[in-house]
Amino acid sequence: MEAFLHQLLAGLATGGIYASVALALVMIYQSTHHINFAQGEMAMFSTFIAWSLMQAGLPYWAAFFATIVLSFVLAAVVEFTVIRPMHDKPALSVVVVFIGLLVIFHSMAGWLFGYTIKQFPSPFPSDAWFATRMMSAHELGAIGITLVVLVLLFAFFRFTPLGLAMRAAAQNAASSRLVGINVGRMLMLGWGLAGAIGAVAGMMVAPVVFLDPNMMTGVLLYAFAGALIGGIDSPLGAVLGGFIVGVLENLIGTYVVGTEIKLSVALVLIIGVLIVRPNGLMGRKLVTRV
Amino acid sequence: MTSILQTRGLRASYGSTKVLHGIDIEVPEGSVVALLGANGAGKTTTLRALCQMMVRTEGSIELGGQRIDGRSTEQIAKAGVGHVPDGRGTFLGLTTEENLRLGAYARTGRNGRDGVDADMARVYDYFPRLFERRAQQAGTLSGGEQQMLAIGRALMGRPRLLLLDEPSFGLAPLIVKSIFEIMRRINQEERVSILLVEQNARLALQLADTAYLLETGRVVLHGPSEDIRRNDAVRKAYLGE
Repeated sequence: MEAFLHQLLAGLATGGIYASVALALVMIYQSTHHINFAQGEMAMFSTFIAWSLMQAGLPYWAAFFATIVLSFVLAAVVEFTVIRPMHDKPALSVVVVFIGLLVIFHSMAGWLFGYTIKQFPSPFPSDAWFATRMMSAHELGAIGITLVVLVLLFAFFRFTPLGLAMRAAAQNAASSRLVGINVGRMLMLGWGLAGAIGAVAGMMVAPVVFLDPNMMTGVLLYAFAGALIGGIDSPLGAVLGGFIVGVLENLIGTYVVGTEIKLSVALVLIIGVLIVRPNGLMGRKLVTRV
Repeated sequence: MTSILQTRGLRASYGSTKVLHGIDIEVPEGSVVALLGANGAGKTTTLRALCQMMVRTEGSIELGGQRIDGRSTEQIAKAGVGHVPDGRGTFLGLTTEENLRLGAYARTGRNGRDGVDADMARVYDYFPRLFERRAQQAGTLSGGEQQMLAIGRALMGRPRLLLLDEPSFGLAPLIVKSIFEIMRRINQEERVSILLVEQNARLALQLADTAYLLETGRVVLHGPSEDIRRNDAVRKAYLGE
């Protein structure tokens, strides 16, 4: 029973990471109806930036926040230079661009930082006061940080005029322009935010899976499953889905299929959701009257 | 009387399809001007051209004496043009109140909140139905309510010029009547100039001070609404008399 509980809680910890990446996917999907397949690699690259900053002598939290800012800028630049010219192109062309980005970020990380596996520190000392027998300080801390990010984002979108303008631009670009919203800038901002969220996820998962260019490959797949389970157009659903996938992955990996093939759990979940409930748990069909 | 809007030789095209062939329209400050014409005459395109929305334009457009052609749609909105578009342009997934708040973005940008609540109270005063529906997803509003919402959203930006595209479209006669009464109040109480595109020529001529008649992208007749109403051709073709 105790082992089961332990697996469950560990699942919640990784689930938080999946939830963050799923949220980043959903943010870009909502405004562009595209899945950014390079989201995971961008997060991995951000984590390498954090690692370099720490190698250069910056303390953890300084590197943490600097990385968030740099990742925001990097993602916004990617949107402006690579994605924006594609805005009226067919979906498959955009998908190819995303895959190109994935390969570029992957190779660039390998080229700049090398393929050897690196240790990445956790900001939460293992003897922290909130460490328990069931969950390590890092697991609890990662969940805490994930939740802080989620609450901040929720408040931003719900309560600020800029957040409202971003939601509006995602829904109806023509009407948004008519009320004075610069839609292109909102998309760029959305990419920036997604990049920043990915960076946090990368820095939280790196102490567990270790840092190398392949770090996020599996994470992206789980996050994608989470986003689909929750409903690809629902931020709250994505978060919930991320946690669900984290727990399922851990439990099924431990008790049913073993760790070797547990990545296929994500694929089974994706297919299952698409067959049974294509809108996901919280994805809503928009109610409209004509 | 100074004019709030003045176009000279305004041309517009969708891709290679030319729709407007050089039209001159003037909206005197504080007045209501109607654009009449059959389907395909270029009425909606004229409004889109004024906002640089979906069309390529040539010719000059002046808002209160300042050239606005060549600016982007969002800059024109910020300059004080409120556009109630064809199809109402509702943000279907947001609430009624969020739709209205967005209307203020043209004036306050991303930071400001000043005066927004007071403006919203005024919109609710014009359209009490919107107040009842304020927390409701806008996609579930009726057609008439969405039209009210579109007008209210444009008002939230405190426009100098209001462009209205077929506010009567698809609505029951009683609702159309009340919306036109409110537009008259808005014109008088807010001192907002209005350029109105309307299929229902009779209604439009009742509200408007002057009117322009468009045919295949050209102005074929313009003058005070009284004169237009008495014009034989207009009476036959547009008023069914």
